Amino acid sequence: MVNQAPSGMKMRLNEMKHLVGSRGIPPLEYHRPRELQTALALLGELQDRGRLIAGGTDIIPAIRKGILSPSFGHMVDLSSIRELDYIKREEDGIRIGAVTRLSALEESEMIRKFVPILADAVGHMGSMQIRNQGTVGGNLANASPAADTAPPLLALGARVLLKSAKEQRVVPLDQFFLGPGKTILAPGEILAEIQIPLPEDQGSFCFFKLGRRNAFTLSIISVATWVKVEKETFQGIRIALGAVAPTPMRGLKTEEYLLGQRVSEKTIDSGAKAITDEVQPISDVRASADYRKDMSYILTRRAILSCLTPNK
Amino acid sequence: MKMPVKIKVNHHSYQLEVEPQETLLEVLKNKLKINSLHRGCEEGECGACTVLLDGKPVCSCLIPSPQADGKEVLTLEGLNRDGELHPLLEAFIENYAIQCGYCTPGMVMTAYYLINHLTHFSEENIRKGIEGNLCRCTGYIQILKAIQAAKKNKDAGRWW
Repeated sequence: MVNQAPSGMKMRLNEMKHLVGSRGIPPLEYHRPRELQTALALLGELQDRGRLIAGGTDIIPAIRKGILSPSFGHMVDLSSIRELDYIKREEDGIRIGAVTRLSALEESEMIRKFVPILADAVGHMGSMQIRNQGTVGGNLANASPAADTAPPLLALGARVLLKSAKEQRVVPLDQFFLGPGKTILAPGEILAEIQIPLPEDQGSFCFFKLGRRNAFTLSIISVATWVKVEKETFQGIRIALGAVAPTPMRGLKTEEYLLGQRVSEKTIDSGAKAITDEVQPISDVRASADYRKDMSYILTRRAILSCLTPNK
Repeated sequence: MKMPVKIKVNHHSYQLEVEPQETLLEVLKNKLKINSLHRGCEEGECGACTVLLDGKPVCSCLIPSPQADGKEVLTLEGLNRDGELHPLLEAFIENYAIQCGYCTPGMVMTAYYLINHLTHFSEENIRKGIEGNLCRCTGYIQILKAIQAAKKNKDAGRWW
């Protein structure tokens, strides 16, 4: 009997080997398809046993921390699919492949020219190392409430193209998120493309992000706005916020309130105040719910005002 | 299940068998004995494991090794030439930019990229560039000085 303890122990140690020394990643099957069709067929087979990975900057730490249990067993790496890595201009707007790296967006002449608000927001995400690795599709599909690509894309009125082996659908981005880490993506379905309608001529965009420090920081709150003014009234407005609700969100009631109103500081102030009824922030290590609520008012007002100030 | 990975590290090609759950950092450190690399936070915050992957700085601790298949890695070891210290490392030493040294290999790779690629070489842009590399000793001032000095060396032709 005495001899059995060590062997039992040894067996347990072997089981736990991947946890010793580093917070390692447990063994799993890894697939790295080079073509979209192969990936979709594979995912169709695996269904919910397959977990998608692109850059891995969110998933790898989540597995190490035990937030994501790798019970799925199979990892399907989309990052090497060339068909999903592009930034191009079509007649109706800009299209971005889902595995386009964040740094590619930041550096793209086309993005800087046509949708500078996106380049601006991406430039403040993570660090250079993270932006070189992380992808725009990964940032959205991971569905963090604080995903920084989401507010500018929501303010731009972006849509997402979802594909599975059998079908595809286009969905407005504001219907894509369901909760923290949850999206409408069905098992076997991937986010393939982000479609941005070209910003309308007479409108302007603004993005503000508030963090605990200036560099390499997660958002306490981020706000992106699109404002179009004609004859001194709001003809178009979109307000999008990050990190103040279970998902990145649009301030629809506030938008409705402001639409058609005459532009004045008082209107903007009341409109921005109304946003505090729409947000549902939580308290966490970065800020309290109350502070987030206050800041959603302040930053919404600031973003709308900045949109109205040319050459800010 | 082992997977074949073809990878170029510091100008040499390797054909390796990796476990998919091994990260690029683990493969470089354990299989190829690249000793400069440091395992720090393992979540992309500290930058101690920074390598250049196809020329761009990334955190090697976040990259599943199969993803590095067909790619090229450069680490601090790959900078030196015929046993001669790279001018960037000399600048780090001369400017006291190394104290405990834990961040140095990652910091140097980020700095190497910035010096070669940054279009507007202002102090602000250098600071922004090294945001993903934490140093708990120097307060960054000496590191900024070292990077600026190395850039001057480069402009004067002392570089490879």
